[in-house]
Amino acid sequence: MVIKRKEFLQIGSLATASLMLPKFLKAFEKPMMVPQGNKVIVVIQLSGGNDGLNTVIPVTNDIYYKGRPKLGIQKKDALLVTDEVGLNPALTAFKGLYDDGSLGILNSVGYPNPDRSHFRSMDIWHSASASNEYVNTGWVGRYLDAQCKGCDKPTQAIEMDDVLSLALKGEESKALALKDPAKLYNTSNSKYFKDITGSHQAGEETVDYLYKTMSETISSAEYIYNQSKTHPTGQAYPNTGLGKDLKTIASLIFSDINTKVYYVSLGSFDTHVAQEGQQKRLFTELNDAVKAFTDDLKKNGRFDDVLMMTFSEFGRRVAQNASGGTDHGTANNMFLIGGGLKQKGVLNAMPDLSDLNEGDLKHKVDFKNVYATVLNKWLAADDKTILGKKFDYLNFI
Amino acid sequence: MAVSNRLKNQHLLWRAGFGPMAENAAALDTLSQKDLWGLLLKTSSKSPEKINVAQGLVDGLFKGVQDVANMQKQELTNEQKKMIREQSRDDLKNLNLRWFDEMINSEAQLREKMSLFWHGHFACRVINSFFQQELLQTIRENALGNFKDMLVAVSKSPSMLSFLNNQQNRKQKPNENFAREVMELFTMGRGNYTENDVKEAARAFTGWGFNVQGEFVFRKNFHDTGSKTLLGKTGNFDGDAVLDILLEQKQTARYLTKKIYKYFVNENVDEPKADWLATRFYDSGYDIKKLLTDIFTNDWFYNEKNIGTQIKSPIQLLAGIRRLLPMELENEQSQLLMQRTLGQVLFYPPNVAGWPGGKTWIDSSSLMLRLRIPQILTANDVMDIRPKTDDDVQGGMMEAASKKLKAAVKGGTANTDWVLVAKIFEAVPREKLQQKITETVLQTKGRINEAVLEKYLNKESRENFTKSAVVNLMCTPEYQLC
Repeated sequence: MVIKRKEFLQIGSLATASLMLPKFLKAFEKPMMVPQGNKVIVVIQLSGGNDGLNTVIPVTNDIYYKGRPKLGIQKKDALLVTDEVGLNPALTAFKGLYDDGSLGILNSVGYPNPDRSHFRSMDIWHSASASNEYVNTGWVGRYLDAQCKGCDKPTQAIEMDDVLSLALKGEESKALALKDPAKLYNTSNSKYFKDITGSHQAGEETVDYLYKTMSETISSAEYIYNQSKTHPTGQAYPNTGLGKDLKTIASLIFSDINTKVYYVSLGSFDTHVAQEGQQKRLFTELNDAVKAFTDDLKKNGRFDDVLMMTFSEFGRRVAQNASGGTDHGTANNMFLIGGGLKQKGVLNAMPDLSDLNEGDLKHKVDFKNVYATVLNKWLAADDKTILGKKFDYLNFI
Repeated sequence: MAVSNRLKNQHLLWRAGFGPMAENAAALDTLSQKDLWGLLLKTSSKSPEKINVAQGLVDGLFKGVQDVANMQKQELTNEQKKMIREQSRDDLKNLNLRWFDEMINSEAQLREKMSLFWHGHFACRVINSFFQQELLQTIRENALGNFKDMLVAVSKSPSMLSFLNNQQNRKQKPNENFAREVMELFTMGRGNYTENDVKEAARAFTGWGFNVQGEFVFRKNFHDTGSKTLLGKTGNFDGDAVLDILLEQKQTARYLTKKIYKYFVNENVDEPKADWLATRFYDSGYDIKKLLTDIFTNDWFYNEKNIGTQIKSPIQLLAGIRRLLPMELENEQSQLLMQRTLGQVLFYPPNVAGWPGGKTWIDSSSLMLRLRIPQILTANDVMDIRPKTDDDVQGGMMEAASKKLKAAVKGGTANTDWVLVAKIFEAVPREKLQQKITETVLQTKGRINEAVLEKYLNKESRENFTKSAVVNLMCTPEYQLC
């Protein structure tokens, strides 16, 4: 009853992607618009709302310990970076980076009228919209729109995932999502797909758009796959999801690929219950992967060219709950990592726990200021167009 | 190219429903659009049977999850709360699959399609399965009725009141969220009222809430009885009065009509036509069936530029495949995985503005998956795509346990009734078969190069020929359009 796939679809690998680029698309084939500069950003999304107060710990603050009699991390256990600030004990590599002068800690990052729903708050961070606005494009996506009009391969931004996040969707351009270069190459490299793409005649706009996306995917998949093999990293990475992702990213950074933005996620940090074990497990994965990655970059002389940035859709409440966890909060801290940081260490004041909004931290820095800084100072892009208005730059780069 | 009668009928079926089905696809050459429209109306005339999934704790003792938990915090243990949450999450999966099944198999195609439109218009994301099931029923019952009835019923549903925080909207401490979205998304659209109008409307909605049984209640003590001024009118308005005032605005008819035009006719709105429709919609007192009749019986709806130019939503795409290819899925839950990876899960809209649609459905990964799904379904292919992990441990849409997920990934296969599919084409001579199949599967003007297509056909038997042609045609960019 059931027909086998091979009966109607043979996987072939005869023609190269560029040969197969359909005629109507040749017009799109222009030199790469993003300069072959080496500045790269790696965004690490801590999904689920990471508890910032147990990440960067105010080790001399009584309000913190009063609100968290069980969950509070004692000063003796924290990895002290100053007399008043300690890191979560699982973040040993981050302590090392701090000591190196390649870690920045930005406190109290958030946005006005914070939303405590995961999906809505993540939407706001991805789209860089105000909390009462609904925007269907993401900040990295709009960066692609601005930078790469007419690029033949949408490889300027890559998300390490099977499904593309809103952050990387622009109006015209969208980033590529891939978990593994070989896998994307195998699924897109079908002779049938190449044949129908190759024979497509330009006509109706929407059909052409689909063919363009398809053709770009096929050629990008081959390009990324080949690039990922040119300089495979020799560094040992932990055998975890994030470890594998950062290993792939390192191999691509060492190649000639034009990718400027890499996007990875780790989660879930939604620790309503039994937070300690869960956060420790995730931080260990984060820590070990970042350690291998930064060592790798240093060894290969690329640490100054790469900026890493962590964020989460919100922080958690100051007080612990009755289940050994914490509930959804508001403002949170971000880590900035790289050899090229201009400002290092604890970049601004620790959150003021005596001045809360219904038990939650008040934000002091809008995350859009961070985006504007990265877009303008690191990626040399037009932040005002991308973010819809001018946000002041910070000084960490 | 003249638009054939078959193409016009298929166009109507794709837009006013979920596409032609194997059982009736052969008859579409001769039927007139007027008769087909009459048939669509007739098959959707009955009030829909309720899809009842909320059970156990949720349906019985506690008709809520978050809100009940809040109200009765002291009485529910963490274990109980967790149990209710998990029950509700399972119920929502069932609600999703059962409604999706209606879209595929119900004869009330027009009603279910219109309900899907309203499901996105009145986008609501609450984990409480009882609330969601009630809201869905409200929408399906009113989908072809009067917009006013639906607006009032939806606005008074515990789903929407809880999603948009009106339970917290009180005289002493107004919460504007509900009023804002009612104006911005449900009726007038942004830019047609002032911030002050929103504030005043929010005051009028104070006191609207719901009880533990999930019923609408007007809590007098929380209501602001003072005078309000809204859109130039002043009075001692309550929530009902605000909805009346919003419906009196012709802008509301214009906003809705434009959105419906985009959804059913073309992303690029023909303004004079939309205005004409809006005026008639307004004059009819918001009769939805009349508006749809105005659209689907008009010649311009069947204009070439409106045919085969719309990107199918994931739900449309999946339902459309299953309507033309009757199949038994080994694992019904695999459809949830497809919805997730393609970006449209029923009952989980991205935000209160609903699914944006159009080109936003398409990116490299979603397109490549779309192109492979017909193979995955018909050829026992493995769906090696993982959806994003669920970051929300409490209100998330699916289980985080990777074990269950893996089972769903493997089960993306189905047994297709190819005999029934072959029947569509049984009267077609062999030399016309490829062309006929193309005309049945695709709505686009431009067609796949015939020689290329032929190269990939299995010519061992007529049945294999049909199978390979149908599946190959479904694995094309053209098939993403209707």
